[in-house]
Amino acid sequence: MPEWVIETHNLTRHFGALVAVHGLNLQIARGEVFGFLGPNGAGKTTTVRLLNGVLNPTAGEIRVLGMDPIAQGPAVRRRTGVLTESPALYEPLSARENLLIFGELYDVPPDVLRRRVDELLEMFELTARADDKVAGYSKGMKQRLALARALIHAPDILFLDEPTAGLDPEAARQVTELIEHLSQEEGRTIFLCTHNLVEAERLCDRVGVIHRGELIAVGTPEELARRIWHGHGIVVRLGRPLPAEALASLKRLEGVAQVEVENSDLHILLDQEHRTPAVVRALVEAGAEIYAVRPREHSLEDIYFQLQANARGGSA
Amino acid sequence: MNTRAVRAVARKDLRIALRNKGVVLPIIIVPLIMMILMPALMIFLPIYLEPMETGEELRREMGAFFANMPAELYNLFAGLNDQQTWVVIASMFMFAPFFLIIPVMVSSVIGADSFAGEKERKTLEALLYTPITSAELFIGKVLAAFLPAMVVSWACFVLYTVVVNAAGLMVLGRMFFPNLAWIVLILWVVPAAAALGIGVIVLVSAKAKSFQDAYQMSGLVVIPIILLLFGQMGGILYFSTPTVALIGLAIWAVDAALLTLAVRTFGRGEIIARL
Repeated sequence: MPEWVIETHNLTRHFGALVAVHGLNLQIARGEVFGFLGPNGAGKTTTVRLLNGVLNPTAGEIRVLGMDPIAQGPAVRRRTGVLTESPALYEPLSARENLLIFGELYDVPPDVLRRRVDELLEMFELTARADDKVAGYSKGMKQRLALARALIHAPDILFLDEPTAGLDPEAARQVTELIEHLSQEEGRTIFLCTHNLVEAERLCDRVGVIHRGELIAVGTPEELARRIWHGHGIVVRLGRPLPAEALASLKRLEGVAQVEVENSDLHILLDQEHRTPAVVRALVEAGAEIYAVRPREHSLEDIYFQLQANARGGSA
Repeated sequence: MNTRAVRAVARKDLRIALRNKGVVLPIIIVPLIMMILMPALMIFLPIYLEPMETGEELRREMGAFFANMPAELYNLFAGLNDQQTWVVIASMFMFAPFFLIIPVMVSSVIGADSFAGEKERKTLEALLYTPITSAELFIGKVLAAFLPAMVVSWACFVLYTVVVNAAGLMVLGRMFFPNLAWIVLILWVVPAAAALGIGVIVLVSAKAKSFQDAYQMSGLVVIPIILLLFGQMGGILYFSTPTVALIGLAIWAVDAALLTLAVRTFGRGEIIARL
């Protein structure tokens, strides 16, 4: 049984008539990278605020590292680090000053703090500009500094709110690599809010999809795919298009649920994986020129849009 | 109370405020004009005008002011000629209300940067995610505005004392400043005025969108003080020790009310709702 570092039960927050988060049930294990996916305004930032005791819930329960953020806010925040959506740095001050101030706010002992600041500046490649005003930094440097600031007290859980939003591809890749390092080398639990699906796919062990304040699915990307698309998908690459009658007889084969033609590819949905050889044999007998057969893997993007579409359909 | 976190907040707010020209210029220029240049001109200039035999003429001209003056103050002028009377009136009475404007001005301009400016620059949210309590954050920010207001006001007082006593030595042949009323003003009323500036700026900052907004709105605090200034000059209020002590008490009472309201605008939930 994993050790849950974040648990919520029916977590709900209203702002007047607006329901920002509704009946959220989450369990996140130590060391896990959890992706919290959803469009802007879905309730991601509100959830981070609730989990850190910055905002009180309207209803429901929260445990973070075994503590209640409502009653023990400062104790929870001592062990969590948050990268907010905008870097929120003190621009008239230097990188070093920014880090020192936050180290003091987190009550990192003075001798440890000096060392920690140097380490972080080094790790985030900011040493050369450490004493320059942050106002002159590039967006990518600011984001790296904001991430370093969130780590100043070596938190157990790191909350990242859209960490690569607005960065150019090079800067975004750097930040993604740093996050990978924090999870793989340092074993930190990471709660990643994002609508960048490529980033989520690369970084996350499990994802939760939030839509209008409600969690519509949680699991590994494979689990979610299996839940959405029952059966087993294959993609057959053909040298030339299949004649119409061959296509019609393929659809009549036992276990074939769906056939779609996409350019020179056939996307076939089977009820079970073991139907694959029979389908390939039938295609060969019908004269098809087969270049390749591979299982269809759903990207997180497919899963996400399908879930969002289902949710819209359900709530319409 | 985590005093290290409080100090960290105060230090960073002050450091940031002092890198903002909109903050530094008024803090340097206003006291220099009000507390050094103007007093020097107004006290010294008449010394070089034609001397009079007695102070009777000046006293007749400022009839109402002298007629209703309490004996404690009237005795200050016994046997003084016009020049001497002028030096004492100008230094003792005319500039006292300015000593309320200086702390209000300094505390509200730094407070505006610390409260409204931090909101404008959107750096507050990161602070809310640290373990600091709302009370510690509030105290840190209040200190960032209060302490410099006291330092500037007291420095002005030291310089003012030098200017006034220089005039005293020339005209009266002795140093006569400060008296008890002034000591009460500096130790009791000036801190109250600094706190007044902060109380108003915190309330205003909850609504203001920017540093400039907040600072302009807080100008409303300075207006009653200007009224007090004219009251003083018109002879409605006399600068006696009990009057000064009472003015101080009144300002502290207003401070208590304002700061109680101000603290309520400064819970985490309230701040987040305004971000």
